[in-house]
Amino acid sequence: MEFLSYLISGISLGSVYAIIALGYTMVYGIAKMLNFAHGDVIMVGGYISFCATTYLGLPAVVSILLAMAVCTVLGIVIEGLAYKPLRAAPSLAVLITAIGVSYLLQNSALLIWGAAAKSYTPIISGTLQLFGGKLSIQYISILTVIVCLVIMAGLTLFTSKSKMGKAMRACSEDKGAAQLMGINVNQTISVTFAIGSALAAVAGVLLCSYSPSLMPTTGSMPGIKAFTAAVFGGIGSIPGAFLGGILLGVIEALAKAYISMQLANAIVFAVLIVVLLVKPTGLLGKKVMEKV
Amino acid sequence: MKINLRNKRTRTDFLTYAGVIIAFVVMTILQKEGAISRSLSGQLVPICAYVTMAISLNLTVGILGELSLGHAGFMSVGAFSGIIAAMSLQSAIPSDGVRLAVAMVLGAFFAAIAGFLVGTPVLRLRGDYLAIVTLAFGEIIKELVNCLLVGYDENGLHMMFNLNGQKTVADLGLTENGIEIIKGAQGATSTTTISTFTAGFILVMVTLIVVLNLIRSRSGRAIMALRDNRIAAESVGINITKYKLMAFVTSAALAGASGALYGLNMASLQATKFNFNTSILVLVFVVLGGLGNIWGSIIAATLLTVLPEMLRSFAEFRMLVYAIVLILVMLATNNPTFKLFFERIRTRFFKKPAKEVRGK
Amino acid sequence: MKKILCLLLAMTMTFGCLTACGSKDTSEPATDGAATGGDTADTGSSETIEGAFKLGAVGPLTGDAAIYGQAVVNGAQIAVDEINASDSTVKFELNKQDDEADGEKSKNAYNNLMDWGMQILVGPTTSGAATAVAAQVYTDRTFMITPSGSSTDVIDGKDNVFQVCFTDPNQGTGAADYIAENMPDSKIAIIYRNDDAYSQGIRDTFVEEAEAKGLEVVTEGTFTADTATDFTVQLTDAQSKGADLLFLPIYYQPASIILNQANAMGYAPTFFGVDGMDGILTLENFDTSLAEGVMLLTPFSADATDDLTKNFVAKYQEAYGEVPNQFAADAYDAVYIVKAAIEAAGCTADMSTTDICEALVAAMPTLTYNGLTGQNMTWQATGEVSKAPMAVVIKDGVYTLPN
Repeated sequence: MEFLSYLISGISLGSVYAIIALGYTMVYGIAKMLNFAHGDVIMVGGYISFCATTYLGLPAVVSILLAMAVCTVLGIVIEGLAYKPLRAAPSLAVLITAIGVSYLLQNSALLIWGAAAKSYTPIISGTLQLFGGKLSIQYISILTVIVCLVIMAGLTLFTSKSKMGKAMRACSEDKGAAQLMGINVNQTISVTFAIGSALAAVAGVLLCSYSPSLMPTTGSMPGIKAFTAAVFGGIGSIPGAFLGGILLGVIEALAKAYISMQLANAIVFAVLIVVLLVKPTGLLGKKVMEKV
Repeated sequence: MKINLRNKRTRTDFLTYAGVIIAFVVMTILQKEGAISRSLSGQLVPICAYVTMAISLNLTVGILGELSLGHAGFMSVGAFSGIIAAMSLQSAIPSDGVRLAVAMVLGAFFAAIAGFLVGTPVLRLRGDYLAIVTLAFGEIIKELVNCLLVGYDENGLHMMFNLNGQKTVADLGLTENGIEIIKGAQGATSTTTISTFTAGFILVMVTLIVVLNLIRSRSGRAIMALRDNRIAAESVGINITKYKLMAFVTSAALAGASGALYGLNMASLQATKFNFNTSILVLVFVVLGGLGNIWGSIIAATLLTVLPEMLRSFAEFRMLVYAIVLILVMLATNNPTFKLFFERIRTRFFKKPAKEVRGK
Repeated sequence: MKKILCLLLAMTMTFGCLTACGSKDTSEPATDGAATGGDTADTGSSETIEGAFKLGAVGPLTGDAAIYGQAVVNGAQIAVDEINASDSTVKFELNKQDDEADGEKSKNAYNNLMDWGMQILVGPTTSGAATAVAAQVYTDRTFMITPSGSSTDVIDGKDNVFQVCFTDPNQGTGAADYIAENMPDSKIAIIYRNDDAYSQGIRDTFVEEAEAKGLEVVTEGTFTADTATDFTVQLTDAQSKGADLLFLPIYYQPASIILNQANAMGYAPTFFGVDGMDGILTLENFDTSLAEGVMLLTPFSADATDDLTKNFVAKYQEAYGEVPNQFAADAYDAVYIVKAAIEAAGCTADMSTTDICEALVAAMPTLTYNGLTGQNMTWQATGEVSKAPMAVVIKDGVYTLPN
C-alpha cells in the first residue's frame, strides 16, 4: 500500500514536470534553442493567476485564461525583442540571451511582487480517498495528469494535421528549405513561442496548485528538472516529454522512499546518465543521420 | 628558439601573456600604494579563479566544441579536495605558499580523475545531450559533497559518507585536537584562507601556457578539426576519443586548480555554491568573450565579476540592470550593424579588410 | 578580434566608472550612501548627520533568500530612524548592501562598506555568508553583530563577532527539552533540509538531545533546495511509521507547503517548528487554519501586546506594508544593542573602526538588554547570546502561550 502511495506521489510530481517539459520540447523542437527562461515564464503565469484570484477576486478558470493571455504576450515579446535578432547567431549566443531573460524575469518579479513567498490557493482542493483512507490521491494530481494528456494529444494533432503545425515541423526539419517552400519561418517560430508560453502559464497554475508557494525563483528548479525530463524522453518529441516527466517524478519519489532521501536528486540524474549512454537520444528521440 | 612575431597567432598569444603580466604588475603596485579600493582588492583572487574557469571551459566549449553545463562540478571537486589537503597538511607543510601549491595540484589531480570518469562514457554523446549529462554530473557532485564528512587528527584523515542523514561530524571520532574540515551541509567552515593574488596570477599564467600550447600543438589542431567537422576528422585518422578526452580532462584539471584557489580564499564554503548557476555564470564568460578566444574569456570573466559590484549604487535594481546589460551585450555583439561598425574601425586602423577566419 | 575591440571599449568605460566611483567615495560619501539607500532616501536617514556612526547592514536583497535580507535591512532601518529622531547623542548612518546569501558576494559587500568607511557591521543575515565575513572581520578588527547568522561557526574563535539570535544547538536542545517536558510520549518524525547549514545544525543537536532525554524519533525525512516542491513521500513515510509529532527545523516557506500537503493527505500530527517557522502567519493568502495548533519556539511574536513590539510592528507596517518577522526584529534589536554598547563603552563617531571594535568587545559582556526578541539578554565573551526561548502555539491565527 505504501508503495502505491509513493508511486502516486511520483506520478503527481511527474505530471507537473511533464507539463513543463512539453513547453520546453515544443520550443526546442522547432526553434532548436534551449529556452532557459521557460521556467520563469511559469513563475509569471503563477503570479498572474495568483493576483487575479486574490486581488481581483476572479474565479480560477478566468485566472488561468488571464495567465495564459499574459504569458502568450510575454512569450511573443521576449521572442521578438531578445531571440529574433539572434536568428542567424550561433546557438550558444541565444542560450546566453535566454539566461539573461531568465534573470530579468526573476528580478522583475522580485521588484513587482516582493521577496516574500505567497501562498497560492489550489484551483481545486480535496482528496480522493481509496481503500478506506489508506490511499489518498489529490484531485489536483488527477487534474494535472488529465490536462497533461489532453495537451499532449492536442499538440500531437496540431503538429500533424493543421497547416501551422505542418509548417512547424517543416521548420524543425530544415529552416532554409521551409523558407523556400513559402513558409514564413519567423512567424512560425513566434507562434511556437506563443504556444509554449501559454503552456507555461498552465504549468505555472498546476505547479503552484500542487506545491502552493509562490516566489520569484519558483520556476527555476522545476524548469531545470523539466528540461532534464525533456531530454530523458528525447528532446523535441512530444510523447517523449510526457514519458520523461512521469518517469523522472516516479524515480525521484521511489528513490526518496527506498534508497536515500539525501541523494534523491543525484539518483535521478544518475539514471538519466545511464539512459543517455544506452540510448543517446533519449527514450523516444529520433536518431538523426549525420550528413557528411 | 626563434619567435616569429609576424605570425598573427603567435603575436596574439604573446600579447595575451603580456596583458596578464601587465595587469598583475599594475594591480600589485596599485595595491601596495593603497590606490585601489578594498572592494576591488577583495575580488582579485575570485577574479583569478573565474578567469581560470573561463579559460578552461573555453577549451571544452570553444576549442573542442562541446557544450558543458557542469563545469562548476569540477571546480567543486577541486575546491573541496584542495581544502582537505591544505587543512590536513597544516603541520606537515608550514609554509602557506607551498601548501597552497600542493592543494591546487591535488585539486587539479582529483578534478582530472572526475573529468576522466565523466568524460570516458559521455563524450560519445553529442550536443545538447552531452550538455545535459554534464549538468547532471554537476548536480550529482553537489549532492555527494553535501553528504561528505571529513575531519583530521593525529591519526590521519577521517572520512565518512552521510548517506541516510543519521551521521554527524561527531561520528568521525576525532580526537581532542582534531579539526573538522567538511561538515556535510554546513560545508567547510573553518578553512584557513591562504590564497593570494600572486598565487592566482601564477595559476592564470600556468593555465594560459597549458591551454595556448595545447591549442597550437598538433593535438590542438586535431581537437579543432574534430570541432569543425567530426566526420572529416575521423576519416583522416584522428582518434576521436583520445583527443576529446585530452581536451576534456585538461579542462577539468584546470577547473579543479581554480576551485582549490577559490576554496582556500573563503573561510566558509558550501557545496551548494557550485550549482548550476555557477556553471552558467562561467559559460556566460566564455560566450561573451568569444568562443575559442582565450583573451576574450579573460576580459569577459574579469568584467562580469566586477560588474555586479559596480552596479551596487543601483541598490535593488542591481541584478535587473545586470540582466539587461547581459542581453544587450549579446544582442549588440551579434548585430549586423554593430559588426559593420567595428569592421569599419578595423579597416580604418589596420588598413586591410578583415577576413572571416573562424568556421562554425 | 571585433569582440576583443568591443570588450576593450567596455573595459575602458568600466575603468572610467571605477576611478569615478573611487573619487566620489572620498569627496562626497553622503551622496553615495543616499544612492545605495535606494527607497529609503526619502526617509531622510541617509543624510549625513554630524558625528554619526557609520553602520553597515548586509543581507540577501535579491535571490531566493531575499525575504530574510530585506527583513534585516528594513528592521535595522527602522531602529536607525528612531534613534536619529530621538534626542540620543548616538546617531547612525546606515548603508545597506546585497550579498545574495553567498559568501563571496558577502565579502564583497563587506569590503564595499569598508570603502565607504563603515565602523560597525550589522550582518550578514545568513549563516554561510556570516561565517565567511566573520573570518575577514576578525583579521580586520571590525565589530560585527549578526542578527540572524545562527550557526556556531559564525562566532567560533572570533572575539569580535556577536549574535542576536540563538545559536542552532541552542534551538535544537531547547526544542527537545520542551518536547521531553510537555509531550514525552510523542513519536517524533523530523523533516529537515539537508543542504542547509541552519536546518542540519538544529536537527543534529535536536537528535542528540532527544536521545539523551529518551524521546522516540521514529523517522527522519530530508529534502534539498532542488527537491523542495514535493513532500508527500516524506509525509507518507512519517504517517506510516505512526509519527504524531512532526519536528520541522526549517524556514516557513517550505513549511507552508508541508502543512498544505499534509492537510491534503489528511495527516494531522502536531507540527513543531523553531524560529524559522516564524512568519508563517504573515504569508500572503496562506490559509491560517492549516497552521492551527502548530507549535514553535520563537524569540519574537508580532502579536505580542507590549508597547515595544506594538510600536515596532506599526512602524514596520507603515513603512513596508507587511508584518515584520523575527529577522526584522533581530536586526532592530541589533542596532539598539550596538547603541547600548556604544554608550556603555563611551565611543565617539570620530574613533577608528578598530578602536570602536576593541571598546565594544569589552563592553558587550557587561550589557543587559531588553528588546523585541527577549528580556534580559546578555552576552558571553564568545559572542553567544543568552536569552530564554519562548514556545508558542498558533490558535485562531495568532500566537498564544501554550497551556
